[in-house]
Amino acid sequence: MINTNRRSFLKGTAATGVITLAAASGLLRPTKVMAASWPKNAFAEKSVEGAMKALYGSSNASPSKDLHITANLQAENGAMVPVQIQTPMKADAISIYVKENTNPLVTNLKLTGGAGFYRANIKMAKTSEVQFVVQSGGKLYTAKQKIKVTAGGCGG
Amino acid sequence: MARKFKIRTREADGIVQVLVLIGHPMETGMRVDKTTKKKVPAHFIQKMTVEHNGKQVAEADLGIAISADPLMGFGLVSAKAGDKVKVSWSDNKGEQDSKEVVIGA
Repeated sequence: MINTNRRSFLKGTAATGVITLAAASGLLRPTKVMAASWPKNAFAEKSVEGAMKALYGSSNASPSKDLHITANLQAENGAMVPVQIQTPMKADAISIYVKENTNPLVTNLKLTGGAGFYRANIKMAKTSEVQFVVQSGGKLYTAKQKIKVTAGGCGG
Repeated sequence: MARKFKIRTREADGIVQVLVLIGHPMETGMRVDKTTKKKVPAHFIQKMTVEHNGKQVAEADLGIAISADPLMGFGLVSAKAGDKVKVSWSDNKGEQDSKEVVIGA
């Protein structure tokens, strides 16, 4: 999260400039309705348990073998780590956490008929456990995988 | 806004995967601009929704820990060729876009 390599730094600066222009010229209108339901508190939580409580009202998740994680054990660049989770359960929500990030919650997916599948490219500050939580039938299930981040030069 | 916005669908493991690629800086608000020494304001996608034949099937809340130019994947149940898939996103600055594709087209 804190680490940014030079490439993404340059890309970010260029793109931000374009947005500022667009906003100034009044091309964009804020979407207050959508933004209002964004769970700000959960994203600000400093622990995995806290974020889970903010999202689901409980942090009591049982480990499950039905959560299939697809992710590399080692990531060369913490700014872009692809992870994927798939479950045969009838999932109502899927969330992803990086334990060592300042704010562990990465994303939460609410399902209203979609399949138990989610993939995302996440940012990781450093080597950490990545935790996946699936809400199904009012219960929470979890699975973890440690992903090593080697960016920084010393190879972890 | 001409942001890169691509949607691809593919069948795998009995479901149809919807892969969405958006060209977006995903600024965390913690990064410091090296020339001005000021923090770059946060600018990131907060919401993504997926509609399958007009019915919303998934809604994602994204935080700052999603990578720049994010590639996100969602799953559809009992989807078939010819079905319509619509993906919409919006960010914390009110920017938004949506796009509809037809499976197997």
